[in-house]
Amino acid sequence: MSYKIYEINEEFLDVMPQEIKDLQFRATWGNPKRGVMDLPYSKELIEEHSLCAGCPESMALRYILASLPNPEDTIIVNSTGCTSLVFPHIALHTVHSLFGNQNAVASGIKRVLEWRFPDKVKDVVVLAGDGATVDIGLDCTLQSFFRQEKITTICFDNEVYANTGGQESGLTVKGHVFKMAPKGKQWDKVPFWQIAIDSGCHYVARLTVSSPKKVETVIKKAIYVAREVGPTYVHLYTPCILEIGLNSDDGLDEMRQRDKERFAFFEYMTPQAQEVIERKKEEGLL
Amino acid sequence: MQTITEAVIYNRAGQRIVSPDYLLFEAPRTKHFMTGSEAVKEAVKRASVDASVSYPITPQSEAAHLIGELWVEGYVGVYFRGESEFGVMSEIAGCALAGARTITTTSGPGTLRAFENFPMWAGTRIPVQLVLMARGVNSPLSIQPDNLEVGFLLDTGCMIWYAENAQDLFDMILAGFVVAEQPDVHVPVITVVDGFFVSHTREAIMLPPDDIALPPYNPYKAPMPVIDAEVPPGRFLRDPFVMKSNYISYATHASWQWEVRSAIERSRPYAKRYLRGLIEEFGDPTADLVFVACGTAAAQAKEAVRLLEDEGIKSRVVKLKTIRPFPVEELKQAVKGAKYIFVPEFNVVGWLEREVRRYLYGYSDAEVIGAPRVAGGMTMPAEVIVREVLNLTGKEVKHVI
Repeated sequence: MSYKIYEINEEFLDVMPQEIKDLQFRATWGNPKRGVMDLPYSKELIEEHSLCAGCPESMALRYILASLPNPEDTIIVNSTGCTSLVFPHIALHTVHSLFGNQNAVASGIKRVLEWRFPDKVKDVVVLAGDGATVDIGLDCTLQSFFRQEKITTICFDNEVYANTGGQESGLTVKGHVFKMAPKGKQWDKVPFWQIAIDSGCHYVARLTVSSPKKVETVIKKAIYVAREVGPTYVHLYTPCILEIGLNSDDGLDEMRQRDKERFAFFEYMTPQAQEVIERKKEEGLL
Repeated sequence: MQTITEAVIYNRAGQRIVSPDYLLFEAPRTKHFMTGSEAVKEAVKRASVDASVSYPITPQSEAAHLIGELWVEGYVGVYFRGESEFGVMSEIAGCALAGARTITTTSGPGTLRAFENFPMWAGTRIPVQLVLMARGVNSPLSIQPDNLEVGFLLDTGCMIWYAENAQDLFDMILAGFVVAEQPDVHVPVITVVDGFFVSHTREAIMLPPDDIALPPYNPYKAPMPVIDAEVPPGRFLRDPFVMKSNYISYATHASWQWEVRSAIERSRPYAKRYLRGLIEEFGDPTADLVFVACGTAAAQAKEAVRLLEDEGIKSRVVKLKTIRPFPVEELKQAVKGAKYIFVPEFNVVGWLEREVRRYLYGYSDAEVIGAPRVAGGMTMPAEVIVREVLNLTGKEVKHVI
């Protein structure tokens, strides 16, 4: 509909919690130019969070929610893991269904919204961890790419199953010792950004969340391309400072180091995606 | 004199919208000859269905193909082949969460592949319909009729209805949407038939015209917010209970599970109305020998009643149309005065016998006999049922088996 669904009945204004009132009066709605620069001045669409202090994933979530070009018509699909600790704090329509089925659920939602609201833009964005995206959910993730579903998939890669206590994942680096890999991981980190390209994604980016502005640009490109062309994939490095033994204030440094190596900024787009991105730049939306 | 003009409303396929009562009970019907799979198509055609997702597995594939044809013809809004039954049931969930009336079909190993989704469906209170064409589960490999999987589904929080034949299936699919979508019910419905016996055999079936259809689903009557960004979202919490280890989180989860079961209980009056009762009785009402059965086993038990009559033995059948909710009171009434209750089944464990024993415990003095029981694709000729009865009574078996 519009941000009007966040308007509170005047009769209830005096009894509503402050955060709900703030959503109506201080959040950024109806403005596709909203972005991370609004963070200090406006109500965020994420209400606190229950992740660890200094967790880079919490930074990623805040930047992403601040960058959505169309939050009033955006559906967020989550999965199980650290991200599932956050979905109840998100002010938008969110779904947590099962561990690993997020891209399947998102496919159903997107197709039905296109059928029910052919004249409206409704963005569907998947937010899930590396276990959900690449291990248990690999089938559903890739199949949604193959089917050319018009959804944006964002993977928070912390290279470990963090929420369950630090087990090896498919995105763990070879040799790294985690639980369930007590001798160190025996095989290479899955280059999922490349698999996403080969599987039909029209826009793919790999980066850390060390630069908020860069995250904003990537998220907006991914959403605009998904809206018009087909599946897009964003691979974010959000290290688990807890599981790799860092302090709360070390997350940013960790990401800046990886910016220079295995998470060096990488971007791919098909010609159709490029056309959309160029047009959005001309419109001043990127 | 005032003239009252009624506005005729059409659905997106151009069919005239009629009330569920008119479609199910009042519309003139004509006789057709078709398979159970084709009956699924005829029901979906008249159900204003928004979305369906399919996956191949014998014996349900044909029903899924035919829903695809309806999509091509404009009777179904969204249709595609998913990646596996796990994916399909999740895609179906997404469709329903976004406000669609959805239907899908599966069988045997597909049901088990999809299993994690069923309690999720119930917990998210989506009124999706699964037409389950029961088939054996591995191992060893079997593609034959066997309804063991229904025993696994009993406690998923979904309603479970059991159709005896193509006619039942047609009517149940339409009634299924009507009952599942009641705002005070709003849980999934699994409509079961025995694979092959019903899906692949042709029989006479009475159908209303195909230019009328059920009223479209109104997602805004749902007890949960529709995930379409047209209504305020359900969650935005500073201190969410989810994932917290505290009493409120335990109590919330527990009470929600109770609520799902209560929703199934609340479906009773609606199911009674639209299915014309939760049970069907057949045979001599004074007989003290009763068959309690569902699906094809009920059909075969009816044949056995006729054969037993030739032997001078009075018997009757109580056919259960719903398994969840279980027709407890109806069954208790129906077996009053019974001495012997036979529960013929198409599976090796006898899940229906367990259910019957559980609900009649302390109520009926009848001896409950879980027989005959066939599995893995065996048929259940009426003579096999008769033999069980004659073994019990010590009578000589006249019929050649």
